[in-house]
Amino acid sequence: MANAAPQLIGTSGDSLREAFGKALAAAAQEKTNVVVLDADIAGGTGVHHFRKAHPDRFFQFGIAEQNMMAAAGGMAATGLVPVVTTFAVFCLRAVEQARLSIAYTKRNVKIVASHPGLDVGPDGGSAQSLEDMAAFRAIPGMTVISPADPTEMALATRAVLDFKGPVYMRTGRSPSENVYGPDHRFEIGKGHVLRDGSDVTLIACGVEVARARDAAILLEAEGISARVVNMATIKPIDVALVARCARETGAIVTAEDHNIYGGLGSAVAEALAQTHPCPVEFVGVNDVFGESGEPQELAEHFRLTAPFIAAAARRAMARKRA
Amino acid sequence: MALAATKFASTPEAFSPALIARIAERARDTRAVAIAGIFHAGSGHPGGSLSCADILATLYAAELNIDAANPMDAARDRFILSKGHAAPALYGIWAAMGLMKQSEAVRLRKLGSRAQGHPHVLDMPLAETSTGSLGQGFSVAIGMALGLRLQKNAARVYALLGDGEIQEGEVWEGAMCAAHHRLSNLCTIIDYNKLQSDDRNANIMGLEPLADKWRAFGWHVQEIDGHDITALLAALKTAADCGDQPSVIIAHTIKGKGVSYMEDVPQWHGSVKLTRAQADDAFAALGLPATTLDAMLEGAMEVRHG
Repeated sequence: MANAAPQLIGTSGDSLREAFGKALAAAAQEKTNVVVLDADIAGGTGVHHFRKAHPDRFFQFGIAEQNMMAAAGGMAATGLVPVVTTFAVFCLRAVEQARLSIAYTKRNVKIVASHPGLDVGPDGGSAQSLEDMAAFRAIPGMTVISPADPTEMALATRAVLDFKGPVYMRTGRSPSENVYGPDHRFEIGKGHVLRDGSDVTLIACGVEVARARDAAILLEAEGISARVVNMATIKPIDVALVARCARETGAIVTAEDHNIYGGLGSAVAEALAQTHPCPVEFVGVNDVFGESGEPQELAEHFRLTAPFIAAAARRAMARKRA
Repeated sequence: MALAATKFASTPEAFSPALIARIAERARDTRAVAIAGIFHAGSGHPGGSLSCADILATLYAAELNIDAANPMDAARDRFILSKGHAAPALYGIWAAMGLMKQSEAVRLRKLGSRAQGHPHVLDMPLAETSTGSLGQGFSVAIGMALGLRLQKNAARVYALLGDGEIQEGEVWEGAMCAAHHRLSNLCTIIDYNKLQSDDRNANIMGLEPLADKWRAFGWHVQEIDGHDITALLAALKTAADCGDQPSVIIAHTIKGKGVSYMEDVPQWHGSVKLTRAQADDAFAALGLPATTLDAMLEGAMEVRHG
């Protein structure tokens, strides 16, 4: 069958992008003002589900992200709710368009970025966006969200469509671990305590939430009680919850599939500096670029997995006692 | 200076002399407010504001379906000044058309002013979007044209681009996109004054053959003298009825038009500080007495203290 169509990699299965794409297509049944903008990667971002269900509201922009991003602002100005989709790294290419034509103008545009972080895998360093949350977080009025699993992704998709204002939301490429059951509730701007604990708090977002949960299990075996918080909204950060965790556990570890500068760790540290300063350790990519490899291999190589989060927790606790 | 007039003959259309005279008067008032604002601010871009004044006056006085009594009506035509540094002229035509108080238009670039250095839609909704980063207004116009068409809104979208602006790659992304989507409700006008910030286009990054480029991208192309009001009226009429293509009007203009000492002199592109004598000379060139400038400045001062 040499002439059979090549099998697409990673387009099936329970990835965050698939969960997003399905939830978006379903929500758009009743939300008739939702339109989708694509830059020739609908199969990769999950919006092929929307394209199939609502072809008249699917707009192809070709491989031209700057024009697409600014045009989304124009479509929003006519009363539509544009969902502009591409890989996270190509959102970076259009940051200035998002800044001026979406955020400065307060347009109701949802920028949904697939393929964030090392989770991209074998495409390598050029494709692995480790800077996007920092860049979008620095734009005034931009809400930044990174859901943890397919259940939360579907809830977040509906929530951002109901929310009025510009949003940058990460999905994910790889099959995702389930963290939540069907009774989970998601609210923009609120962190969620996934597991309670009293010695240290592990605050994570995206794919790192499942790893933080696994780290808490490792720590439990050593007699350490670790609280796990899923901080799916990076901006505006849930300051009250961060401060409460600092007060109640006295040490914090952040974990994200992103550069340690400018993302979740920075947001948490900024919140703590103004409320309840305490020792903080940052798990993330240590200000370097990624490289090719499978996502799990890369997570181990760049020290993002549960054992590294557990080690960071021990360091944070040691500083608490010092 | 007369190259444009000899190169592009006006289409022999019957536009009433009264209409043409009214547009010319609006254009003069636009230039006056722009100069007054730039003088009052102590900075601003006069060259590119003056070069597009006739285009703006023709659009607002004769083409755009905007009701001064209800300017944000959903059915209004949209105009985007993608070359946002010509904001003084946009505020000028708005003042001339009664869409903005003249005193606010002159109070340019001041803290708390709605007449920001580049148009900002949250201050002035008629700006339709915020511009000042070249190329983006054009893309926003494309998004609006797509959005209006999807919602079966018959309004048309107009975007005015600078010539230097089209060196931005985003413009050519947009040019491809608008033709691909057959955006016949989109009209782009290029203020082709041949000068940009540092020097002539030809010395910075040559644009020619400009009309051929747009034709090759699938656009309906017209080339006119951008100071010939009859030609502008005719071209806009043709642009509204050119099949299923987006339309571009390449308007050959003179940078600094109307103020002789600024005409075709690159140094008047950038943000400059005008002296009172220069502002008076500019008003004289426009056929206006210095007392008109005084009155405009007094009005702007009242806004500041009011």
